[in-house]
Amino acid sequence: MIEDTVIGSIEQQEYTINMGPQHPSTHGVLRLVVSLKGEIVTQVKPHLGYIHRGIEKMSESMTYPQIVHLTDRLDYLSAHINNHALCLAVENALQVEVPERVKYIRTIMDELNRIASHQLWWCSFGMDLGALTCFFYGLRDREYILDIFEESCGSRLLHSYYTPGGLMKDIHPGFQKRVKDFIKYFRKVLPEYDQLLTGNVIMQERTRGIGNITKEEAISYGFTGPSGRGSGFACDVRKHHPYALYDKVDFQEVLYHEGDSLARYQVRIGEMWESMKIIEQLIDNIPEGDYSAKMKAVIKLPEGEYYQRVEAARGEFGVYILSDGGKTPYRLKLRSPNFSNLSAIDLLARNFKIADLIAIGGSLDLVIPDIDR
Amino acid sequence: MNNEVLKEKILAVLPKAEFAPAGQWLTITLPKERIRSYCQTLKDSPELRFDFLFCQTGLDLADQFQVIYHLESTEFRYVIVLKASIPNKENPEIDTVSDIYRTAEFHEREIYDFFGIHFKQHPDLRRIFLDEISDMIGHPFRKDYKDEVNIIER
Repeated sequence: MIEDTVIGSIEQQEYTINMGPQHPSTHGVLRLVVSLKGEIVTQVKPHLGYIHRGIEKMSESMTYPQIVHLTDRLDYLSAHINNHALCLAVENALQVEVPERVKYIRTIMDELNRIASHQLWWCSFGMDLGALTCFFYGLRDREYILDIFEESCGSRLLHSYYTPGGLMKDIHPGFQKRVKDFIKYFRKVLPEYDQLLTGNVIMQERTRGIGNITKEEAISYGFTGPSGRGSGFACDVRKHHPYALYDKVDFQEVLYHEGDSLARYQVRIGEMWESMKIIEQLIDNIPEGDYSAKMKAVIKLPEGEYYQRVEAARGEFGVYILSDGGKTPYRLKLRSPNFSNLSAIDLLARNFKIADLIAIGGSLDLVIPDIDR
Repeated sequence: MNNEVLKEKILAVLPKAEFAPAGQWLTITLPKERIRSYCQTLKDSPELRFDFLFCQTGLDLADQFQVIYHLESTEFRYVIVLKASIPNKENPEIDTVSDIYRTAEFHEREIYDFFGIHFKQHPDLRRIFLDEISDMIGHPFRKDYKDEVNIIER
């Protein structure tokens, strides 16, 4: 009787709990203030800024080759792609044509980075749902890519491999063979991911119909990357505003129309197949040549503004540079995909259970340093 | 799609639009009072459908603040840039577009945090990153911002 009234009052009453900043399922220092009615989420308010480093402000007193190193530290799981955006913006401003070899290597590296990022997402998404085995499988396979990166870039996570005009160093002589070995291996292993998790009944039950967002809402919220494509929003920058060699290779934009967590999951699995397809088309054809164009020692951008969009692993990444003709930017803005994707979390999680909030957060694949910048 | 054709289409719905000299994308400069009506028109016009705000940037220029809106039409893949100028540097204000483009809600909170630009009618205008830092006073992205402890002048 007393128990009934206590439980009854808890279910009636609306109350607030803090998720994070130190919570394993927020994948970093993100704090979500969750209002609950019983187990049902009525509101989610993200609190940001725990890892805000003021990268945009720091950039205003740094030269362009220095800023490249900062872009690594945004979305550290797609470091190559972030580097690429800044380098392309500087190259376009200076109207430098990079050698063909550089374009090939950059495209391959970007796609390897995308696969590695999706592998880590797959690990942690499985773990968010309680499937610990995924974590070991995903990390095991990601190790192959990190070894390839280490060999050529000298670094496993924060590569800073691209510089304005080209690359830091040429690829390792064994690069092509190792990439081909990896693709051969991963084509065999990727179906195991499906066997292990995609077809799993528990995983399907916990993601199908959870965290829905329509195409119109996705566009309005700036929901890009695999998350947006899970709602049928064709937002792949590689397809619609191609850069590097993406207009020369044959690949499909993976689209699902359900808009739930399962659709976002399937887009990422599909993208790993597409990335492998892109790498296979390029890896045997890397032309000989320089690994960097000739650049001046001090890079000064002509006065004006420059914007470059690229497709990072989590969505559209953009660099806006306003230059006053000096060697540092007057203003540098970084459009980070996670920042916009997170803004929809209230809409996604509302009226679902708190356990579903974990699944929804996992399906968004948030990287917090990219949000806070 | 070349810019001249796009320009004509925009002039058909916004006859008063002023274009900046050619850059990477077609750029429209406008006073801050017009931003809402421009965004609404550009979004609703069936010939244009600029429904995706992919970047919103604050700027501190010598004589004014600016807010830059990068818009894309997901149907036709046009891209344009809107530049709203805010000449009042003492008390900068501009209308929100967060009900037209929901993504602007976070971007405007960020611009408010960094530049101190007030967005009128914004549903929840609070600092987004720097609210936990108690000793942070002011808006650090303004060019006249001084912080002798944390910012090293080179």
